[in-house]
Amino acid sequence: MDDILSILRDNGVLLLIGQYPHGPLGGLAITFLLSVLGIALAFPLSLAIALARVSPLAWLRWPATVLVYVVRGVPLIMFIFWVYFFVPILIGQTVSGFTTMLVTLVIYQAAYLAEVVRAGIEGLPKGQTEAARSVGLSYAQTMRKVILPQALYNMVPAMIGQFVATIKETSLGYVISVNELTFAGNQINSNLLTKPFEVYLILAGIYFILCFSLTQLARHFERRIANRRAGATAPTAAQPVPALVPVTE
Amino acid sequence: MHTTLDFSLLLHGEYPRWLLRGILTMLTLAASSWVLAVTMGTVLAVVRMGSSRVAQAVVAVYVEYHQNVPLLVQIFLWYFGIPALLPEALQQWFNAQGGEFLFAFIAVGLAMAAYISEDLRGGIRSIPKSQLEAARALGMGYLQASRLVVLPQAARIALPPLINHSVLLFKNTSLAMTIGVAELTYVTREIESQAFRTVEVYLFATVVYLCISMLIMAAGSALETRYRIKDR
Repeated sequence: MDDILSILRDNGVLLLIGQYPHGPLGGLAITFLLSVLGIALAFPLSLAIALARVSPLAWLRWPATVLVYVVRGVPLIMFIFWVYFFVPILIGQTVSGFTTMLVTLVIYQAAYLAEVVRAGIEGLPKGQTEAARSVGLSYAQTMRKVILPQALYNMVPAMIGQFVATIKETSLGYVISVNELTFAGNQINSNLLTKPFEVYLILAGIYFILCFSLTQLARHFERRIANRRAGATAPTAAQPVPALVPVTE
Repeated sequence: MHTTLDFSLLLHGEYPRWLLRGILTMLTLAASSWVLAVTMGTVLAVVRMGSSRVAQAVVAVYVEYHQNVPLLVQIFLWYFGIPALLPEALQQWFNAQGGEFLFAFIAVGLAMAAYISEDLRGGIRSIPKSQLEAARALGMGYLQASRLVVLPQAARIALPPLINHSVLLFKNTSLAMTIGVAELTYVTREIESQAFRTVEVYLFATVVYLCISMLIMAAGSALETRYRIKDR
């Protein structure tokens, strides 16, 4: 316990913000920044993919389906290497590890989030679409004004779950030396050499506090949505998208 | 990328043997940690649904830890952290033997056990208590009612998340490369750094991963179709 406290005292700042302000920002700050930006950029993309997945048009449905299956079937680490090698070739200039990781996370999470959105859309009773269409709304209007607002609300817990998954995924930035929390932990471990158990326990503890709080928040929303449904008119109520099945590492 | 793809490189010299060994290591790791995950997951689910409050709390902490800490960090904690706590002689044994595979197996298996126990528990909890009561009222014993009435229904509900998590477990074996287990991703990087034919090597590995994941998903949906209760 004393060891853990003294490691925290000596290296706490490195874990939180890296070498900043004397050097680049790193540690937990970068982990957080990567996950927030990753999810924020992936979200609009995921809506497009999900709408394509449920679209009646085959030429929209197919590419989206292929993308989702490729992402679901290939390890994140492989995607990181693909982006690492090919984004610089595509745009003709070198890219930082941060950008590489961000691009990877956006592609990866867009596909997973799209599945969450799709589940939310398909979880709504068919009567919703039929009613909207029969009062004269077009397909696009039905989606935008009737289906998506309800689906997105039901999806809040599952989306927080995806955010937690993204935070955990940023740890893989380590393999391309992105200056995030796991990288900082490794740095401290190689400086100290003699306290690997304590260092990695601290690292696990920080991730745990962050992710567990978010998981609890997701559960809170899940209960609220369930209560609201129980209180509201029962027959039209939709199934909430089950949260907390963080589908990726 | 102006040159055309040339996959004959993959058949060059030692590379085919490396790739094959990489694939075998990956499959061994995936299969063994899957067995560990399912066994441990079942035990955890049973304990969590048992009557001991203390045991339930222990399982809850186990599940939360493994679901809320990145697997990479868990692997590091096992591989770098745990040996440091062991007696000198054991540490040396690990250094000599190379504990990478063992620790990757433990880390992946124990982490995925948390997910699998939740899948199983979710399946059982989704069956209304009245099912068990009705079965008991018909004169079945508790075990008989569980085996014949509750578990078959619960298994159907638990199957889709179990398949998803099996695919996830398979994909997660790639993390073992970070501690030097020579599985497919590791071997791919080795060949890439020697041969400089990035596209071919990575495309090969990606397709292998994708095919195996697809096989697991296909097996899963075959099982689902086979045991689906027909709509009336």
